[in-house]
Amino acid sequence: MHHAAAPPAWVMLAYLVAGICFILALRGLSSPVSSRTGNRFGMAGMLLAVVTTLVHFAPGAIGDGGFDGAPLMEIVIAIAIGAAIGLVTARRIAMTAMPQLVAAFHSLVGLAAVLVAAAAFLNPSAFGIAEIVTMVPVTLAGDPVLGPWEEWVIDPVSRVEMGLGAAIGAITFSGSVIAFLKLNGNMSGKPILLPMRHVINLGTLAAILGLIAWFTQDQDPWVFWTLTGLAFLIGFLLIIPIGGADMPVVVSMLNSYSGWAAAAMGFTLQNSAMIITGALVGSSGAILSYIMCRAMNRSFISVIAGGFGGDAVAAEGGGAIDRPWKRGSAEDAAFLMKQAEQVIIVPGYGMAVAQAQHALREMGDLLKKEGVSVKYAIHPVAGRMPGHMNVLLAEANVPYDEVFELEDINSEFARTDVAFVIGANDVTNPAAKTDKTSPIYGMPVLDVEKAKTVLFIKRSMGGVGYAGVDNELFYRDNTMMLLADAKKMVEEIVKSLA
Amino acid sequence: MDFISILSIFVLACFVGYYVVWSVTPALHTPLMAVTNAISSVIIVGALIAAAAGSASVGGSTAKWLGLLAVVLASVNIFGGFAVTARMLAMYKKKERR
Repeated sequence: MHHAAAPPAWVMLAYLVAGICFILALRGLSSPVSSRTGNRFGMAGMLLAVVTTLVHFAPGAIGDGGFDGAPLMEIVIAIAIGAAIGLVTARRIAMTAMPQLVAAFHSLVGLAAVLVAAAAFLNPSAFGIAEIVTMVPVTLAGDPVLGPWEEWVIDPVSRVEMGLGAAIGAITFSGSVIAFLKLNGNMSGKPILLPMRHVINLGTLAAILGLIAWFTQDQDPWVFWTLTGLAFLIGFLLIIPIGGADMPVVVSMLNSYSGWAAAAMGFTLQNSAMIITGALVGSSGAILSYIMCRAMNRSFISVIAGGFGGDAVAAEGGGAIDRPWKRGSAEDAAFLMKQAEQVIIVPGYGMAVAQAQHALREMGDLLKKEGVSVKYAIHPVAGRMPGHMNVLLAEANVPYDEVFELEDINSEFARTDVAFVIGANDVTNPAAKTDKTSPIYGMPVLDVEKAKTVLFIKRSMGGVGYAGVDNELFYRDNTMMLLADAKKMVEEIVKSLA
Repeated sequence: MDFISILSIFVLACFVGYYVVWSVTPALHTPLMAVTNAISSVIIVGALIAAAAGSASVGGSTAKWLGLLAVVLASVNIFGGFAVTARMLAMYKKKERR
């Protein structure tokens, strides 16, 4: 199969260098110190890739008559529009809204992949993936019917890549839109369960794969558009049954998909920068999904199958509320913590909802002034996306070396005077370790109950965590419940401490 | 490049990705997602080619507009993604030692 002449060596080299810059961008994230340099490598790589493309594929350079490509000015305007929207959004977005923003960004990558695949399908010669074939249909007897005509025939391998790119891109797009609506609260976090949804989903997936196979035989537009349309549909169907609390996995998974879509288009374009990036992003999202699933002791399949974990308010506790429990006030909490040698703060999604991170840091500062050692313990699935709590604490100026991951701090609870749980629930439930009948049995949890005293902020005793299970912790002798809005409670504690 | 060379780059890059991502500290998982978002918009390369290309085929004109739209979308992501990552990373501070 004829391909357009390979780009000159300097172009290939430039794309390779861009790819390496992207690897360094991720490598930098191994520590907060090197991360800022890493980010600059990422920007440099992107600049290199864009400039190389513009110089090599200078507007009109590939054209062979007929329609003219967009002049450079139009391209620059397109980039400027995107840049303005992107920069303003990045500046204005609240840190608590980061999961929504990331979901929105994923949807854009997905849609861009679909558009590029469609453009490659409509104009294959520009991408060097097609050749002109002279078609001469004949009758059974071998006589020409209509006279010969010329047609662009797309390389079958490219058709598979293009089909995959469009399909994965479309799934990323519609899935991310749903994830965005759920995270942003435009759509209920409750799982929406269609009857026969597994049959429908598997059927649609099979149809998409079948159409991609068919596409290699027949490059008729209906095949391409139908498979793209079905992919939009399946992305929607896949995400609606997944509950709000499983969103960390969903966001990571869509992150992975956006990478695979870019990689598929990289194959079509034979572009090493795109392939390297696609592979990096794809594996990054996959690893994050795995880490999130492991932290919930759930299999990836069970998360994708959906139906688990609406928002905390969705379920009700029932009879368990009759058990005795202790209620404390802000003054009690302030007194206990002032006397403590060490306090470990355990934040969860509720802290983000209440926007309590700044008040919390103020509380931490006051305690430190009293000579109390203050640490933060983060469960991997606290919040709505991987690392969500860390960013919020960083925003509130909590130094990152006071923030610890589950495995690094769990042994310390036994030597701690006060564990301060704010907005977290299931990740502190001791039943996960002892009660084999509990739905969260086996999930790694923070051993907060081992601390001398547990202070647990909660809006009311009625609601339960997203898993729909009652928390053993509430009824322990060493637990004191602080019933109030998280932010208000912390502010009152701050007043009592001051 | 033939298919096998491209596949080799892809497979090796997956391995690089695997090891690099496992070395990312969990505290930076949110910036990781934001920056992977930004870099996956390298798909803008394809969008630029589509936008810049002229074509003899009728689809070329539509392809140009699809390409331009994809350039806008990818640019939102590139600028927004890197900027928001930079904003987050600037917040991670060490304890002041007195």
